[in-house]
Amino acid sequence: MISALPPGLILIAGAGLIPFVGEGTRKALSLILPIVALALIWSVGPDAGVAWTASFMGYDVAPVSYTPTGVLFATVFGIMAFGGALFAMRSAARSEMAAAYLYAGSALGVVLAGDLITVFVFWEIMAIGSTMVVWNGASDAARRAGMRYALIHFFGGVVLMIGLIGHISETGSVTFEAMQADSWARWLILGGFLINAGAWPISSWIPDAYPEASPTGMVFLSAFTTKTAVFVLLVGFPGTQALIYVGLFMVFYGIIYALLENDMRRILAYSIVNQVGFMVTAIGIGTELALNGAASHAFAHIIYKGLLLMSAGSVLYMTGKRKCTDLGGLFQSMPITATCGIIGALAISAFPLTSGFVSKSMISQSAADQHMFWVWMLLTAASAGVFLHAGIKFPWFVFFQKDSGLRPPDPPRTMRAAMIFFAALCLLIGIFPQPLYALLPFPVEFVPYTGAHVVAQLQLLLFAGLAFFLLLPLMKRTLTVSLDVDWLYRRLAPAIVRWISRDLHELTDGVFGGTRAQLTAIVDSVAHYHGPTSLLARTLPTGQTIFWVLVILAAFLVFNFS
Amino acid sequence: MEKHWLVRPKTVRLLWIIMIVILTVTVLLQLGAHVHGEFHVDETFGFNAWYGLGTCAVMVVGAKVLGAIIKRKDTYYD
Repeated sequence: MISALPPGLILIAGAGLIPFVGEGTRKALSLILPIVALALIWSVGPDAGVAWTASFMGYDVAPVSYTPTGVLFATVFGIMAFGGALFAMRSAARSEMAAAYLYAGSALGVVLAGDLITVFVFWEIMAIGSTMVVWNGASDAARRAGMRYALIHFFGGVVLMIGLIGHISETGSVTFEAMQADSWARWLILGGFLINAGAWPISSWIPDAYPEASPTGMVFLSAFTTKTAVFVLLVGFPGTQALIYVGLFMVFYGIIYALLENDMRRILAYSIVNQVGFMVTAIGIGTELALNGAASHAFAHIIYKGLLLMSAGSVLYMTGKRKCTDLGGLFQSMPITATCGIIGALAISAFPLTSGFVSKSMISQSAADQHMFWVWMLLTAASAGVFLHAGIKFPWFVFFQKDSGLRPPDPPRTMRAAMIFFAALCLLIGIFPQPLYALLPFPVEFVPYTGAHVVAQLQLLLFAGLAFFLLLPLMKRTLTVSLDVDWLYRRLAPAIVRWISRDLHELTDGVFGGTRAQLTAIVDSVAHYHGPTSLLARTLPTGQTIFWVLVILAAFLVFNFS
Repeated sequence: MEKHWLVRPKTVRLLWIIMIVILTVTVLLQLGAHVHGEFHVDETFGFNAWYGLGTCAVMVVGAKVLGAIIKRKDTYYD
């Protein structure tokens, strides 16, 4: 049965083929494979349920399972793989495309998994694929950031694995379904999921690693890891109250750090944490409207964040610069990139007629419906903050502010086509939300376009814009980075190790120095007698040998007769 | 080199005027669109306007204060 074929394997097989085929075939494959995967997903459909069961180590696993939530995420992952491949076609290295497809395919594997073992296997493959995408940034900074990224994710994988083993031994079941965080094992599973979501305090891996990827690599990176984490949280821990607080913290952490940041791609990386924070909060609220809001916001976010990073990637590709202090005035020579970037910025800000408006408003409404006054107030403030840090800051400092004197043209045709495709999707979803609403896990009665709602949102965003321009002198860009939790393992931990090493210096010198001296003496002694030219290795002349044999024989006779 | 028309002072002044007009209109529109809030405060006139402006100001100033503590030269980790 074709339905048993995991759609993710189509992309993973492509990852295996891409390094070995010619350039034309590679380009064709990279565009066709996501379409084939999407066709397979939709030929089976969201209501098919478990499509493949097997026995693994005595457990009944379901490596392929179709659910409405899974198919929603799989659909947007397929769209992202296609758009990302189109954007990357011109400039991405062969190894980057292979890594990106391993990454995208394993993300599809997670969202279409029916059991926890399959989730874990694809989860780890995803960590490998994404690390390889980071490394394709092909710089020393990318190599080091990729290593830190890998360590965080393998640590997260270990946390998740311990939790899964505990959960499976407690319940005897590997089925991936809603759980309660009521035992140490399930808290560990939740922790493992949250590490991939970029939840504080383990969130700095996103702004640390993603911006070091290539201009095209970060487009892929923005889509899969954090949104796969949103998927598993949505399925595994809906209504877990702690997620409301975790999510709200992520929302404001992302805003504040993005406001301080000078690197345009790090601004957008912090913004990923911010947006995932909205989704995590909604999962914590846990009502049908909130979960629909989280799912639809993930769908919309993948597209508009992909678009924003395509816009930033185009600027980086054409100028080689990514700091706001080096950029500005690019709207004059990059009108398509600027326009698409602005559409992405409006969508992330949830402006009416864009995708963010029809998705994020469900989350705020769900908090209001539950009479969560402070949650609603904070989400509303955060909505204004999104316009501040991403909606205006990114396009303003990159495309407007001062004139940097740079006049690069728009990027090559395929990159422009990918941006226009995603910009069109942002607007189409915003203007015609019903097809997206039809994909959501629960029936939708929510009506986004009411006069009161549109007016309220316009007031909020436009006055946030006014605040930006009034307070612009306070947001002057500086050549700085902001210390984050990663300081603990990038500075503090190495400093502690160095400090301990210094105190132990004499001891270690004594131990290692003494050992080395003893070993050297033994080796020298052996070499002295048994070395190639040494006494005991020397070949004696035959005459000498006979002489010594006679001496031994004579001695033997003398001693025997005496 | 002549400045692009969009960034000339005259255009910028005009854009400010347009922005103020739009801001005023969005607040006045609330008179025609009945806002049904879940809480009392969100039904008050111009709530989203002052709340958006005020919270953004707090976030910008808060970031500035935090930045004074946690900002380092961008070569810090090199």
